[in-house]
Amino acid sequence: MSTTTLAPAAAPEELRFYDLDEHPHPEGHSTMLGFWIYLMSDCLIFAILFACYAVLGGNYAAGPAPKDLFELPLVALNTAMLLFSSITYGFAVLQMQQGKVRGTQLWLAITGLFGLAFLGIELSEFHHLIEIGATPQRSAFLSAFFTLVGTHGLHVTFGTVWLVTLMVQLGRHGLIAANKRRIMCLSMFWHFLDVVWIGVFTIVYLMGMLR
Amino acid sequence: MPSIAPRLARRFRLILAAAAIPFLAGCNMVVLDPAGDVARQQGNLILVSTGLMLLIIVPVMALTILFAWRYRAANRQATYRPDWDHSTQLELVIWAAPLLIIICLGAVTWVATHLLDPYRPLARTAPGQAIAAETQPIDVQVVALDWKWLFIYPEQGIATVNELALPVNHPVRFRISASSVMNSFYIPALAGQIYAMPGMETKLHGVFNETGQYTGFSANYSGAGFSDMRFAVKSLSDAGFAQWVAETKAGGGTLDRAAYLKLEKPSEKVPVQRFASVEPQLFDAVVNLCVEPGKMCMHDMMSIDAAGGAGIAGIRNVRSLTYDKFAARGTEPGYWGKRYVGALCSSPLLAQDDRPDATPVDLAPLTGAGLPSPGEPDSAAVALASRPAPRS
Amino acid sequence: MTPHPAPETGPFLGRLSLDALPLHEPILVVTFIAVAIGGLAIIAAITRYRLWGYLWKEWFTTIDHKRIGIMYMILGLVMFLRGFSDAIMMRLQQAMAFGGSEGYLPAHHYDQVFTAHGVIMIFFVAMPFITGLMNYVVPLQIGARDVSFPFLNNFSFWMTTAGAVLCMISLFVGEFAQTGWLAYPPLSGIAYSPNVGVDYYIWSLQIAGVGTTLSGINLIVTILKLRAPGMGLMKMPVFTWTSLCANILIVASFPVLTACLALLSLDRYVGTNFFTNDFGGSAMMYVNLIWIWGHPEVYILILPLFGVFSEVTSTFSGKKLFGYTSMVYATVCITILSYIVWLHHFFTMGSGASVNSFFGITTMVISIPTGAKLFNWLFTMYRGRIRFELPMMWTVAFMLTFVVGGMTGVLLAVPPADFVLHNSLFLIAHFHNVIIGGVLFGLFAAINYWWPKAFGFKLDVFWGKVSFWCWVVGFWLAFMPLYILGLMGVTRRMRVFDDPGLQIWFVIAGIGAAVIAVGIAAMLVQFAVSIWKRDQLRDESGDPWGGRTLEWATSSPPPVYNFAFTPVIHDLDAWHDMKARGAARPTSGFRDIHMPANTGAGVILAGISLVMGFALVWHIWWLAGLSFVALVATAIGHTFNYKRDYDIPAAAIAEVEDARTRQLAAAGA
Repeated sequence: MSTTTLAPAAAPEELRFYDLDEHPHPEGHSTMLGFWIYLMSDCLIFAILFACYAVLGGNYAAGPAPKDLFELPLVALNTAMLLFSSITYGFAVLQMQQGKVRGTQLWLAITGLFGLAFLGIELSEFHHLIEIGATPQRSAFLSAFFTLVGTHGLHVTFGTVWLVTLMVQLGRHGLIAANKRRIMCLSMFWHFLDVVWIGVFTIVYLMGMLR
Repeated sequence: MPSIAPRLARRFRLILAAAAIPFLAGCNMVVLDPAGDVARQQGNLILVSTGLMLLIIVPVMALTILFAWRYRAANRQATYRPDWDHSTQLELVIWAAPLLIIICLGAVTWVATHLLDPYRPLARTAPGQAIAAETQPIDVQVVALDWKWLFIYPEQGIATVNELALPVNHPVRFRISASSVMNSFYIPALAGQIYAMPGMETKLHGVFNETGQYTGFSANYSGAGFSDMRFAVKSLSDAGFAQWVAETKAGGGTLDRAAYLKLEKPSEKVPVQRFASVEPQLFDAVVNLCVEPGKMCMHDMMSIDAAGGAGIAGIRNVRSLTYDKFAARGTEPGYWGKRYVGALCSSPLLAQDDRPDATPVDLAPLTGAGLPSPGEPDSAAVALASRPAPRS
Repeated sequence: MTPHPAPETGPFLGRLSLDALPLHEPILVVTFIAVAIGGLAIIAAITRYRLWGYLWKEWFTTIDHKRIGIMYMILGLVMFLRGFSDAIMMRLQQAMAFGGSEGYLPAHHYDQVFTAHGVIMIFFVAMPFITGLMNYVVPLQIGARDVSFPFLNNFSFWMTTAGAVLCMISLFVGEFAQTGWLAYPPLSGIAYSPNVGVDYYIWSLQIAGVGTTLSGINLIVTILKLRAPGMGLMKMPVFTWTSLCANILIVASFPVLTACLALLSLDRYVGTNFFTNDFGGSAMMYVNLIWIWGHPEVYILILPLFGVFSEVTSTFSGKKLFGYTSMVYATVCITILSYIVWLHHFFTMGSGASVNSFFGITTMVISIPTGAKLFNWLFTMYRGRIRFELPMMWTVAFMLTFVVGGMTGVLLAVPPADFVLHNSLFLIAHFHNVIIGGVLFGLFAAINYWWPKAFGFKLDVFWGKVSFWCWVVGFWLAFMPLYILGLMGVTRRMRVFDDPGLQIWFVIAGIGAAVIAVGIAAMLVQFAVSIWKRDQLRDESGDPWGGRTLEWATSSPPPVYNFAFTPVIHDLDAWHDMKARGAARPTSGFRDIHMPANTGAGVILAGISLVMGFALVWHIWWLAGLSFVALVATAIGHTFNYKRDYDIPAAAIAEVEDARTRQLAAAGA
């Protein structure tokens, strides 16, 4: 830091101290960065839940273990639903880039349906577990399992609500800049949930069955 | 390093004492002047570390005052260099000086943390007094209850509440647990503290070098009766201890599981109680949360879990596992707990306490640069040990 | 077990009934009457002078970072008075309860007092203060017109306030947690704390935590995206740097608290087994998680104040900051290191010696960059021309006080020393030494430093000095005895004592607290007197201290848009550089400025969150469900509002700027 301060007289003429010809920042120009940082903070919540699962996941309290409870084919189907929904979201974004409102809405709707299918399968799995008595209250393992998977499911639920809201807003205002930005934000959110689910599928289900 | 540590400590103690006498006359700083070898080493460490840090703290404070005074705006004589903002040499010094101190302190920390690990069996009872290989430490099992302390002497077969007696100059090994919430077992005159946690066992080693009456308490807030969760600590001569044991044995009273469950109920300001006999392995049952008949012990549960759980069949086996999830220990389960546990049938699995007493990991061969092997006589340390006995 | 068994749950009001009102506790009844009278008087005054519309339009719904910053400071100040009352109550109890005396507080009340003191001072005093400070100063320092997400800023503030309000409600409806400020399970579990106290704790922190996290994201993006042209990262003012690091810490640590408290609430509400004794839970997990948040939190509090001291030292020494680069690197080092030290809060939990010494040594390593910072301030003063205005006095007091706190902190990082000092009053003295000596002294320096910027007049010096000396003397009187008591083996959170030899120290500490109380009173008088004499204390220049950073380049208080033209930065101390090179303030050619518009959505969302929190605390399920639906619906409704900004016409700007030109001319004449 060896900057030298010039004497006032030596100030070169061309040095500008105020931006006299400035253009306002485009609206929402930093939304993407902000949303990214938000996603990272959300990621941290998942990290804690994963850590809890890693620590408590073997504490069955003389109760059932993953291999007694999980049905991998069903989970595989569920994973497929979510992966497909990510692909269809990608198609929605492509439509958006071509400026097609209807097409964007259509693909968003398909994404939403995949999301609902995912949630439906997850809920039926939860229902089955609770019915046979493998409730979150039964053991630390089940607490950690239901919380981790359930938190992901809650995120998907909110994503779906957001998706529907966005479709309505698209219908009203079309592909204006604000809506495009929102579509991109939801896109990041949706793919983020996909990535988290890969972690859940691997660590909870696959490694659980191997345990 | 450690060999000079006590010497340094002594010097700092002198300096500090000289500086502090006017303020501290008449106050008993038990942490710096304890009656046990472990606590004394910990106290010395405080003094050594403080001394090391004062090497940098004192100059900084002096410079602050000096610069603040010398470069005050009113002093037009002082040099004024408004654009001077960098000096590589100076920057090196200001990063290096704290770094050097921390390197020293870090070395002291590493060695001292290993030497004074509460889980480490003692190598000496006092500076220069190595413990003979055949000497077994006296075992005391400690349970923090709401809100009193239970001490079980497995070898003597006795137990006490809120009273701990120990023979002087004899190493003690505490195995510590709790029945309900977290506490911290702390006798400042003897050794540092360690948490007492339900369902877990922690260990602490210590030794008294002086006879006398001391106090122990919980150092971790544990609820309404916490303030009075104090117990008397007696450091007795060998004969005195034998007599105390004999008196306790003669006093009658049995601590079996039923008595424990009654004792465990929350109570405050509990007077000293003694039990002439104790049900064997009560402590293990406490640690394993299975004092009540029909409860599954934690170690059984954990071995079932390690084997892959008890499957779907184990789902309904809830009653034998419920410890204090729905109601505090010693109270009736609330509406919620009754409904949940009662709805499920109970089929107790095996519940035996056949686990042998855990043997501590022997860390005695620990060595390091400048680290004397435990028990080696240490001239400076011997000098320290001959200090006068503290007021108690 | 507990003095108040778990109440029965009704279908309509949940656990809430008339019994929840603490009518049997005279202290609370009197407090309630005083608060009610005061509150009614304020409401009556606002109504009398028809201020509701003004407050709503200009303040509650504002998205102006400066006003939000001021509201944060007011929130912090109000909660500070509450937190300090708790402190006085504890000091009084501990000075009284000797020799069989029970003092004047029963355990049920005393245990709430020390829990509330910790929670309030950290979450609702220190956090609002530093967030307010960063909110006010950072955009000005980087030459921005507002933060990146102005609505979010308003929402964050109101969520923090809603959390504080929920915490305050617990004073008069029900009870607060009796667990200590971190609520370790199993004590905070449903079995040992069956009442609403811990639920108040959980929901007030969760609601406020949403605000804190969002405001952290907001400020990071603001600093990264909205800097004036020419201001590279290494030309940012140090306060902005430390704010950036503090906000990164917020975003990277508050989610951990959120998750941790969410798991605790699942244990309490649903009956899961995360932190239970039985069914495979682990309370140690909670202790780890809460400190993974808790230690960075300490640095969230202190880092921005390190920035303040840097600005103040440099300004009042009339010198460039010594070692800017190493200052920045030190800040970044502290930020990173603060994540790998959390275990030093529980060396006594039985970890192995290697684990303990690792965390002990990493903790000590933090003192290296901190020490370097201290030297940098020292050598900024060296060969300076130091004006001992109030901010500089606080800074010197900080330097002399903080080193002692730092030293005792490093001492506590030595595991075997911690075994004898853990949870003792020595620890209490240590962290008050760094939090009062560092965070509070820094805040007072900052308030005295930036007050003229915010309001256009300086603070009264006489009352400022009274407050200063009372605080400094009171602090040493109140906490040195605690160091000594800690070395005498006295542990924290005790309500009664056996040993009468200890009493004198507690009495001294109590006197110290009383001296601090005088210091606080003097500070309030200082504010009042300064407002009263504002015409004498007026600063027309906008730069009363000979400042060096951009916030001093605009008028005091700054216009809504901060800068009519965005400054262009050529040097580190941008404003000093502009002054030195005779940069002329443009007086014509103004353009329209695009600004965000006020909105009431933040207040409404936070209000609904408050209702939901209250309903959850009392198990009023229908209300909780209803408010949750309302919350989602309002949030969605808000997204349908696409018109969130407006243009300030160039003519209006010209008017403001011309007035400023005349003002400067008059001041210069």
